[in-house]
Amino acid sequence: MTNEALRGAYFRELRRRRLTGALTLALLTLAMVAGFWIADMRNSGTFFGGLRHLFDFPADILAEASRKAAKIPGECLHSLPALIETLNIAAVATLVGTLGGGLMSLLAAPGFAPFPRAVPVFRRMMDLGRALPEIVVALVLIYVLGGGPVPATIAISIHSIGALGKLFSEVNENADLKPVEGLTSVGAVWSQRMAVGVLPQVAPNWLSYMLLRFEINIRASAILGFVGAGGIGYELKNAISWGKGRYDEAAAVFILLILTIIVVDQTSSALRNRLTTGA
Amino acid sequence: MTAADLSVLRADVDRRFARRRAVALGLPVLVLAYLVYIFFAFDIAGLAKRARLDNAAILLADTYSYRTAVTQDHRTDTLSVAIKGSRKGTLTPAQYPDWVKVDGKATSVELPHGAKVVMSGDTAVFTLPQYGVIRARLDAQNHIVADLPPGPRPDWISLSRTRLAVTAPEGRMNMTRSKTEVFRYSLGWAMFFFTPSSPYYGHSVVDLARAVLTGDRIDPARGNLAGMAEDFWRNDVWTHGSVAWAMFETVLMAFLGTIGAALIALPLAFLSARNFTPLMSLRFGVRRVFDFLRGVDGLIWTILLARAFGLGPLTGALAILLTDTGSFGKIFSEALENVDTRQIEGIRSTGANPVQRYRFGVIPQIVPVLMSQVLYFLESNTRSATIIGAIVGGGIGLLLTQAIATQKDWDQVTYYIVLILGMVMLMDWLSGLIRRRMIRGK
Repeated sequence: MTNEALRGAYFRELRRRRLTGALTLALLTLAMVAGFWIADMRNSGTFFGGLRHLFDFPADILAEASRKAAKIPGECLHSLPALIETLNIAAVATLVGTLGGGLMSLLAAPGFAPFPRAVPVFRRMMDLGRALPEIVVALVLIYVLGGGPVPATIAISIHSIGALGKLFSEVNENADLKPVEGLTSVGAVWSQRMAVGVLPQVAPNWLSYMLLRFEINIRASAILGFVGAGGIGYELKNAISWGKGRYDEAAAVFILLILTIIVVDQTSSALRNRLTTGA
Repeated sequence: MTAADLSVLRADVDRRFARRRAVALGLPVLVLAYLVYIFFAFDIAGLAKRARLDNAAILLADTYSYRTAVTQDHRTDTLSVAIKGSRKGTLTPAQYPDWVKVDGKATSVELPHGAKVVMSGDTAVFTLPQYGVIRARLDAQNHIVADLPPGPRPDWISLSRTRLAVTAPEGRMNMTRSKTEVFRYSLGWAMFFFTPSSPYYGHSVVDLARAVLTGDRIDPARGNLAGMAEDFWRNDVWTHGSVAWAMFETVLMAFLGTIGAALIALPLAFLSARNFTPLMSLRFGVRRVFDFLRGVDGLIWTILLARAFGLGPLTGALAILLTDTGSFGKIFSEALENVDTRQIEGIRSTGANPVQRYRFGVIPQIVPVLMSQVLYFLESNTRSATIIGAIVGGGIGLLLTQAIATQKDWDQVTYYIVLILGMVMLMDWLSGLIRRRMIRGK
């Protein structure tokens, strides 16, 4: 190929790529603008109208909280049981998710599955659990089981099994198969091979994902409370529905929730750092 | 190695083993203790009392079947047949199913397994092949009188002067002073395609297909396909039109929130990356903004924004946008800190200005990381948009909570769940497809 031809081909390719890039960008911009326009139309308040009042509500809460600062610790104490319930929901769901997801990931790992034919079945089950939004399961279970923390726990557990199962599967793919082969050669059964040959290899990463999941599950459990599953979310919903003059309780719940999320995030991030770098 | 060394080593190994064993035994014990605490904290023992298994049975039955009510009104002496007992499901005499036969004053309702109810004026005769014949009527004092087959009254029949209720596996009959109702269960989702108010109701698929192919108009005013599409879309029980809108709104919230967050987070991420912003105070400030956005959880953002912007998809999109700006900011700035400086050096050596250095030296390196994260979030936000929609009153989440709140439209709840699952899986598949294509393409 001559220099000229090469040059021509290069610029043609460049032009083509630039055109695709510009077109993609233009389409994306168009979709964003049109999307915001539609969303704005279907909203009960408009974007620019709301922008002016953006800080009204937080200002109300802050003003009232500072006026009744002395009452805030008492209100926090009052909401503490609800917070503990939310944390318990998240913790149990994370525990169930880790055990269930771990088992599923081992059953779905091509290398160590005891029933290799069933691998796709377990994979699809994990996909389904992951795709199922927690609110769906929670609301249906509230109808059957009544109120209380159990529906939310089950809902978040199902999602956690799916989500952790997938992440654990990715960890399992990098595990060394040799210990398993060694254990097989001395006659170890499947559960022994997994417990002694695989778990020690994957445990740090599994634990790290488990901690991350706990953070996510606290948020999920708070939000489920808001749609009726109990815990701090429910408390928050009640607190803000009382309106002006009673925002001290809402302020207390906000403080509790934000503090909890920050503390758990920081602790889990520190623990995860130790797990991945140390160990 | 001397014997003394060996014994030290041995003691060390023993100690380590003891510690491991303690952890290996202690951890399960701790977990077990926690679960015992949960057993009491969550009142699992009381769950059996609170659980409404009858609700579960109704729910399950309603997901795949529906009931049609045949009602004889004693006061007006009129007959009505209504699907799911609702006004919108009321049938005209021409639309009566073939198991309802009207012969002058008498109406006979055929039930499965040879059971049958014949209603005429103030009398009803329920024939059950397994049991016998129940004859009921209203007497002169307007009290219910029933003749049952000889023998003790089974517990699925309850009888008083004002009410007779028969709940047999073949079907149910309720008689009160004002009316007699017979329920028959049928498989499927009632009125999914057309409501009885549509001329296309009650035709089989074959009929409809034949009409389309031959061009014989079922509704003379409209073409077959156009009419069917219109009546399906405007079906006022299943509201397919609004459901489609709701699905679109949900995806829209996820799309606007995710892409908007990425667009805002990208320039901010440069400000918080060590290698692009030497000014520590600025970096620290931007990072705290990211932490704040993430720490004040999506739920709180949703509540705060709903106060300012009202209810609807825009509020949901903005809530996702705020939370994810924090997450993206952190992820992007980490990606920027891992950028290979040699590429930027190379671009600089050609005499490129700073903008060109960013455009050709930095952006190509981080785009794959960036895009793959954005796609991940897009998929997971579709799920979040469902629940945020339930709070801000938009999208499929709202329809779902409304349908569950009625506590009877479980067929619609099932339909929405199927749609949500399909939507999330589609987004998952789509984002995976784009991700794979990008990785292979680059």
